[in-house]
Amino acid sequence: MMKKLISTTALTGVVVGLGMSAAVADASLTIESWRNDDADIWNEKIIPAFNKVHPDIKVTFAPTPPADYNAGLNAKLAGGTAGDLITCRPFDASLDLYNKGHLTDLGSLDGMDNFSDVAKSAWQTDDGKATFCLPMASVIHGFIYNKEIFEEVGIDVPKTIPEFMDAVKKIKDETRYVPIAMGTADQWEAATMGYQNVGPNFWKGEEGRKAVIDGKEKLSDDAYVKTFEHLAQWKDYMGNGYKAQKYPDTQNLFTLGRAAIYPAGSWDITTFNSQADFKFGAFPPPVPANGDECYISDHTDIALGINAASPNKEAAEKFLSWMATSEFAEIYSNSLPGFFSLSNHKVEVQDPVAQEFVSWRDSCKSTIRNSYQILSRGTPNLENELWNVSAQVLNGTMSPEDAAAKTQDGLAKWYKPQM
Amino acid sequence: MKTTQTGWLGRFPWHIAVFLAPAVLIYTLFMIYPLLDSIRLSFFTADDSGAISYAGFANYVTILGDPEWRASFLNALYNNLVFFLVHMLVQNPVGLLLAALLSLPRLRLRSTYRTLIFMPTMLSVVIIGFVWQLILSPLWGISETLLYYVGLVDWFEPWLGQENTALVTLSLISVWQFVGIPMILIYAALLLIPEDLTEAAEIDGANHWHIFWHIKLPLILPTIAMVSILTFIANFNAFDLIYAVKGALAGPNFSTDIMGTLFYRTFFGFQLQLGSPTMGATVATLMFLVILVGVLFYLFGVQRRLRRYAM
Repeated sequence: MMKKLISTTALTGVVVGLGMSAAVADASLTIESWRNDDADIWNEKIIPAFNKVHPDIKVTFAPTPPADYNAGLNAKLAGGTAGDLITCRPFDASLDLYNKGHLTDLGSLDGMDNFSDVAKSAWQTDDGKATFCLPMASVIHGFIYNKEIFEEVGIDVPKTIPEFMDAVKKIKDETRYVPIAMGTADQWEAATMGYQNVGPNFWKGEEGRKAVIDGKEKLSDDAYVKTFEHLAQWKDYMGNGYKAQKYPDTQNLFTLGRAAIYPAGSWDITTFNSQADFKFGAFPPPVPANGDECYISDHTDIALGINAASPNKEAAEKFLSWMATSEFAEIYSNSLPGFFSLSNHKVEVQDPVAQEFVSWRDSCKSTIRNSYQILSRGTPNLENELWNVSAQVLNGTMSPEDAAAKTQDGLAKWYKPQM
Repeated sequence: MKTTQTGWLGRFPWHIAVFLAPAVLIYTLFMIYPLLDSIRLSFFTADDSGAISYAGFANYVTILGDPEWRASFLNALYNNLVFFLVHMLVQNPVGLLLAALLSLPRLRLRSTYRTLIFMPTMLSVVIIGFVWQLILSPLWGISETLLYYVGLVDWFEPWLGQENTALVTLSLISVWQFVGIPMILIYAALLLIPEDLTEAAEIDGANHWHIFWHIKLPLILPTIAMVSILTFIANFNAFDLIYAVKGALAGPNFSTDIMGTLFYRTFFGFQLQLGSPTMGATVATLMFLVILVGVLFYLFGVQRRLRRYAM
């Protein structure tokens, strides 16, 4: 592994070094991204729209598969072969790139004032002095459901957790549909669409998230145990063999009409629009009891920054400034329903399910995933631990109390405010 | 006319150096240098800005001393050992059996079998992983239906998703893929055994079984030993199948985490875990040491005791 890695980076360094000197003449930009699903939209809509304003800048969208993105990007940046524009993961992954001098400070960029502080917070230094990526979009968690199955079984959209459990029980008892489409083989769904989806209602969104960062609350507190207890209830309603079910399996299970409820990220809307031939809708994570305030995970997920080693910084800044306009926000939000623009421009979302998702911003309080800011900096890595324990709780191999205790113990090992 | 040169230059066997040069140069450039450089990197540590500074054995102390790191390192080492043992206990005996069957004197369609069994070895791991996930899938897989036909449907489980079965299942998939290699090597060794030996034994009254145990097996032992050490090296360098099927977090609960995936997570990082080239180099060096110890044990403990026969 090691041997191969070093020799290949050395070699690509040479090859691309040659290529770069040839490309300097005309302003051309390459975008590094993990969104390979969106390549068509970039090539057919976004880049042509940009070229109407700036015909002299040639833009190439060069995505890498999501799982390889961080590793590949780091290797390319170290070897000096990365593209001019870098798609930024939220928080520490990008902060690390900035600290290592791979991203430039965008504080003075034209159009940066179109974004709120909350939107920018995922791509700022801890003191908030430097902003190194231009926020693009957030994703919202919730549940997508098959409207036809709900009608057939005769159930309403559940508002509280008891209603939710009654609904899945009814589906299980009366039909052959899978009540909850989710698998634990890939682990991340358990944490992201499970824990981070339903959890904010228990830990009260931002309030709880900040309290853990400040050391005032612990991840083993009641709210977190209750989150895991709720997840543990799901396991009787997930499909046969869900332990070996992967993310694409889950998507197929739902789009084939074999499952009723799909714990979702709003990004799934695009896939479902093209694959499902039944009507589907969405509901926010049910609250523990009637009348409780609702919280949603409205996670700042994607941004764009400039490679500090780019020879085309001027062109790159022009591109980012254009991305801060309402024109981009409009194109992006509507060609990728489920990715919600973070800019302050008022954007009309056309897709009905995406509209449903974004409407929760008015009725519920928004928060982000609690493991993303600061808390995943140490060893053991909190995010990895959450994947692991959430999957184990759903597999029935770990109790909710143990799961909560394990995440807290891990955090207390290195995070001073929690020691 | 013969030129007579005297002195050191004239006596130096230049042709040997010339013949060795291509291999030595390429091997040094692409294997020895990167290996030494990654060992060097393992003695350094990086700060937030990415600048590295000498740290002595600090990384090794962390991996072997810190409870978190030690637990994941030992877990990966243990899983890797299981991975290797499954190969030794299944892949190599089955390879031997297949080779013995292939070398039966009156076998028809010999080359067809040989090709079919060897074929998976040449397929990409990604395809192997994908195909087996489909076969074993509890949703769309055919394994449940097949078990149903033979009345064993109650035995079906989501093997790839359970902590106690995932690693062995993955090992067996890898065995299925690579069983062609021991088979072909042992088969080639069996073909080299002169027929006079087996004929003489037959005349002396030995049956197939006797001939195999007392004549053929001793003669192919050196090959079996070589196959074993190749299996060892390949298994402790393994990474791709686990990564393709279970991802770099090697779930459930790290039950399929082997040295290769641990290295990948450490070196490249994973999701919110930032990669650390220096810690990664330390894991890589420890992998190298494990393999080195195994190979040395083989060279001095096994290979020297093997008796070779002139045929």
